[in-house]
Amino acid sequence: MAYVPLADQDDPHALHDPHSFITKYVWSQDHKVIAIQYGGTAIFVGLIALGLSILMRLQLGFPDSISWIDPAFYYQAVTMHGMIMVVYLLTALFLGGFGNYLIPLMCGTRDMVFPFLNMLSFWFYLLSVIILLASFFVTGGPAGAGWTLYAPQSITAGTPGSGGGMLLMLISLAVFIVAFTMGGLNYVTTILQARTRGMTLMRMPLSIWGIFTATVLGLFAFPALLVSAIMLGFDLVLGTSFFMPAMMQLGEQSTQDGGSPILFQHLFWFFGHPEVYIVALPAFGLVSDVIATHARKNIFGYRMMVWAIIAIGGLSFLVWAHHMYVSGMNPYFGFFFATTTLIIAVPTALKVYNWVLTLWQGNIRLNTPMLFAIGFIFTFVHGGLTGLFLGNVIIDVPLADTYFVVAHFHMVMGVSPVLVLYAALYHWYPKMTGRMYNETMGKVHFWCTFLGTYAIYLPMHYLGFLGVPRRYYEMGNTDFVPATAQALNANITIAAIFVATAQVLFFINIFMSLRKEKDAGGNPWGATTLEWQTPDTPPKHGNWGPELPTVYRWAYDYSVPGAKQDFIPQNEPGEEYEKTFHTRGHS
Amino acid sequence: MSLYRQVTEKPWNQVGLPDGIEARPTFQVPDQKVALVLFVIVACVLFSLLTVSYYLRIAWGAGDWVPVSEPATLWINTGVLVACSAVFQWSVIQARRQEAIRLTSMAGLLFVAGGLLTLVFIAGQYTAWQTLIGGGYTLQSNPANAFFYLLTGVHILHLAGGLWVWTKALFNMRSGANPGDSRLSIELCTWYWHFLLLVWFGLFYVLSTT
Ligand code: HEM
Ligand SMILES: [Cu+2]
Repeated sequence: MAYVPLADQDDPHALHDPHSFITKYVWSQDHKVIAIQYGGTAIFVGLIALGLSILMRLQLGFPDSISWIDPAFYYQAVTMHGMIMVVYLLTALFLGGFGNYLIPLMCGTRDMVFPFLNMLSFWFYLLSVIILLASFFVTGGPAGAGWTLYAPQSITAGTPGSGGGMLLMLISLAVFIVAFTMGGLNYVTTILQARTRGMTLMRMPLSIWGIFTATVLGLFAFPALLVSAIMLGFDLVLGTSFFMPAMMQLGEQSTQDGGSPILFQHLFWFFGHPEVYIVALPAFGLVSDVIATHARKNIFGYRMMVWAIIAIGGLSFLVWAHHMYVSGMNPYFGFFFATTTLIIAVPTALKVYNWVLTLWQGNIRLNTPMLFAIGFIFTFVHGGLTGLFLGNVIIDVPLADTYFVVAHFHMVMGVSPVLVLYAALYHWYPKMTGRMYNETMGKVHFWCTFLGTYAIYLPMHYLGFLGVPRRYYEMGNTDFVPATAQALNANITIAAIFVATAQVLFFINIFMSLRKEKDAGGNPWGATTLEWQTPDTPPKHGNWGPELPTVYRWAYDYSVPGAKQDFIPQNEPGEEYEKTFHTRGHS
Repeated sequence: MSLYRQVTEKPWNQVGLPDGIEARPTFQVPDQKVALVLFVIVACVLFSLLTVSYYLRIAWGAGDWVPVSEPATLWINTGVLVACSAVFQWSVIQARRQEAIRLTSMAGLLFVAGGLLTLVFIAGQYTAWQTLIGGGYTLQSNPANAFFYLLTGVHILHLAGGLWVWTKALFNMRSGANPGDSRLSIELCTWYWHFLLLVWFGLFYVLSTT
């Protein structure tokens, strides 16, 4: 063979194309396949969580209409629903799914820097999901003390699923954390080290900034969950008393005593609050790119957006105890955490203003991704505002553990990220499959989801004012709640069933569209970022053909005056009107 | 470009290749090193949280804390772990001098010795556990004991993870991996062992002062 200098050799990735079905689609080390595996698994468990929420709603709206929903099952449904939605759906789909898909494509690399570790990450995630679902089949059923798993309740005999179910939950979480850590190290290292030439940090699309910062948060926050899971597991299985105070269990003095339940709460929320932002920051990033692309305008205040993401990430570690105002903590403590909570609203509000200002005078295309993105701005502002109320101790004390809280967190971290997920799924679907989805069906899906979720959650705020408690199977000694609340509850349930059913549209749309010809082309939106500039759509193994792209400009050159088109791709040198490196006159 | 300069850039003003035509990573070191440093940071967070929990359990528990009297074996074990680090460090120094790195060369042998000493340390920790259990300091009898087993256990798990990577490096060396890779493996293992030695100093201090 003739001698080829190292620099001129093809990239090794391009040479080792996997050929068999197994290495291509099952034990794949290709980030795009892993992304789809992650995404598919996450959506699958998400549907289970959705099903559980409908069962809960049936019980609340039409008490005792389904005979086998007893209080124990209700609590287990609440717990599994909450945990699956937050951890196994949203975290996995944003970071494992979109992180995996977009990082190498947007940064211009062929793959993650450690592809094997990446594959392992997915299989550990799948294992954690299987363990979690297995808990439905053990005696006593799955864990049932709320997704917060508060000790001592969660592991006290008498609580539904306090034995095997709880143990499986803890093991599953530990496995998930291992999976996340493997993936997370990969994402961060890839973003830091493997960007293609010309892709400076400040030329990265905001999606990457969001995913990057969220991953770093995850790497810092998940250890807290791991520590609490291990210690809780010890208390449960080995009879230690890290968290277990002296108490009576089933009429007997328990053997464990002296532990500190408050310690558990601190550990849990030291993870739990950053977790909110682990879900929110990638959503912020993705939605910024969707908005800029479909408004044909550069994102307003790019640098501010980046700094805001970082500031929110940092501050998110200083607010955790706002979930514990009613735990009997020192009032000065509460004062401190209320202050930090209000401070974090500043960079968050800044981001909202910037999204709105990006829309301002844009050439807006109201297609499905954009509708979902704009819907997100609404629900996020809504949930954010109620968050300001709950962040204040005095207001939180009467509202804690009522439906006002349920309404708040569903708006801000349930509906909002889900709307972004849909925006992103529709937006990148043509790249992932090479096909366009059905626009009309997408729009119908949007309006059903958006209006439907308002029909669910808006009335819940009012239920909260009436004092309807959270995590209740049925009204007990709650005479202060007027009987009319029941009518409201029934309506909410009908809306929930409607919304859940409407999601079928999404699945019909993506599966039907798969059967069409490849009609989307490489860059149907006229977007600037690198993933839309790949030689093949969907991108082949190795992403870029023989040569990696070179980046000459930031990610938001939309509607640049004087340019031929209303967008200039990042890898476009643009020699006609600009010569190599120079500074444009004004900012 | 410094990191600060990079994040204060005004990207909308620049067209072209501001940092030259070569792709440059953010940190001028191998990817593996970046990943290791990140992992070490994560592990630091984990051990810090465990330590914080330790003190909070003392402060917030029901006053049931009875300090463990640490078995003297721990001092010997500490010595073994120090020796581990020293041997690994020596292996790095040798590896820098050698052209090729084989298992039977000086660097290779030292590297193997480092791993084996780690096994001795783990066995030593196990003996310490046995001593404690023999003395009635069981897991359940007191939170101080429980924490003792927990903290030492988590530390051992980290060493075990290191040993896994160490084993892989050994296999690579045996099948004649290129010297650059082997040198990197040796260096990264050494860093990691130094880190776990520091963690052990911290844990030992915490455990024996309370
Ligand atoms: C149509 C969609 C949804 C419906 C109808 C729904 C309904 C419910 C219901 C009825 C509860 C129990 C309230 C109670 O009894 O206290 C609940 C709790 C919860 N939901 Fe959802 N939910 C939906 C989507 C989501 C999503 C997307 C998330 C993601 C963050 C989420 C996160 C949670 C959490 C964290 C809890 C608290 C669990 C607990 O109290 O331990 N939900 N949801
Ligand atoms: Cu919070």
